[in-house]
Amino acid sequence: MTDAPPAPESLLAAPDQATQREIVSEIEAIHAAHAKAVADGTYRGGQTLYDFPPYRSSILRHPTKNPKLVDPETIELTSPAFGQRDVAAIEADLTLQHAGEPLGERMVVRGRVLDGWGRPVRGQLVEIWQANSAGRYVHKRDQHPAPLDPNFTGAGRTITDDDGWYEFTTIKPGPYPWRNHRNAWRPAHIHFSLFGTAFTQRIVTQMYFPGDPLFALDPIYQSIPDQKDRDRLVSTYDHDLTEPEFKLGYRWDIVLSGQHRTWFEPEGEEH
Amino acid sequence: MIVSTPEGQRIPGTAGQTVGPFFGFGLPYELGNEIAHPWSPGSIVLTGTVYQGNGDPIPDAMIEIWQADSDGTIPEVRGSLHRDKYGFTGFGRTGTSDEGRYTFWTRNPGAVDGKAPFIAVIVFSRGLPDKLHTRIYLPDDEAALAADPLLASLTPEERATLIATRAPDGGLRHDIHLQGEKETVFLAY
Repeated sequence: MTDAPPAPESLLAAPDQATQREIVSEIEAIHAAHAKAVADGTYRGGQTLYDFPPYRSSILRHPTKNPKLVDPETIELTSPAFGQRDVAAIEADLTLQHAGEPLGERMVVRGRVLDGWGRPVRGQLVEIWQANSAGRYVHKRDQHPAPLDPNFTGAGRTITDDDGWYEFTTIKPGPYPWRNHRNAWRPAHIHFSLFGTAFTQRIVTQMYFPGDPLFALDPIYQSIPDQKDRDRLVSTYDHDLTEPEFKLGYRWDIVLSGQHRTWFEPEGEEH
Repeated sequence: MIVSTPEGQRIPGTAGQTVGPFFGFGLPYELGNEIAHPWSPGSIVLTGTVYQGNGDPIPDAMIEIWQADSDGTIPEVRGSLHRDKYGFTGFGRTGTSDEGRYTFWTRNPGAVDGKAPFIAVIVFSRGLPDKLHTRIYLPDDEAALAADPLLASLTPEERATLIATRAPDGGLRHDIHLQGEKETVFLAY
């Protein structure tokens, strides 16, 4: 044996392989404790729980100490600049990146990027990546035995316009299995990565589709304990955005509040 | 969802989610870790390993850095995604290697507003439910470090997790521990 680290694929399976029922009951217990802490006024965390054991790989990867509340310095109140030099217009259409047409349900997702006061975030970078329509990622470590699509990579970029709008044309991703527990399936989702006007507003998140039956079973979606916060990650079907005989339309707005002042405030300290 | 709150009213932010395991084809990009062109005047290597709670390195984390140039100015130039191999955009991104290592070519940030110079850092990882902010301070100016309000509020052990080590080649070494005895100090704003 050597001290070489294990192959990354082997890390993707949780060692205990709990049942779905066990995972759901863990989620419910954590959510109930969270709701009580909120009701008691003792909750000091953010919208997403870092300590969330139903998501098994988080057990060794979440900080155990409270983050330090700091006043952001100048560099943290600014953000990198991106522009048309960085992103070509065609990068916003994930169906046009190969010689042929990808398989699956063609769709458009369009929305606005706003700050915590509802002001548009202009000229900033939005990046997405996703599985194909069969639920397979173009990634060497994805072991899901579903087909790759030679005409679909699943990564796109765009820059928000002067009113904060972004738009991507893509293929609706499929749900896919993972090895968090036995018979674990992720609801269909598109990963989003955004920059705001300050580095503190940086966000990576996931957009979901309305009415997904896997929501209640998924420990990643459920790592956000408040139903209202979870609802904000779900896109809205918009028939006005749907193009006849061509593609279905979804709307999804993103708010970069960068406002975490409720986090873990030390007892008795005013902020 | 569709936000219909009028401009000027406080609205709740969108919650973050894990970057997951398969960001490798979506986020890292060519020359993403070369904020300064390698071996160009003033360029240094910033490198370290990202660890999880049991001491194992994390092969599927992603580190982003954002910093001032060596004269303390904050870059406003575009082109982080398409490097011209000359300009300094201040932003870099890289995934960790199979050994958990990240490496950037960058420059030493200069002091901004006369304060202790540091590099702003965000950590993403499979298994990390949301992003984490931290800082990497330059080790050189002890008076500036002593005057830093964040560092002053920390224990010596915590403080050590935020200050890089100067390597013999002039570069910076800095490990990040998501959990454990040497757990890095993470920040909330």
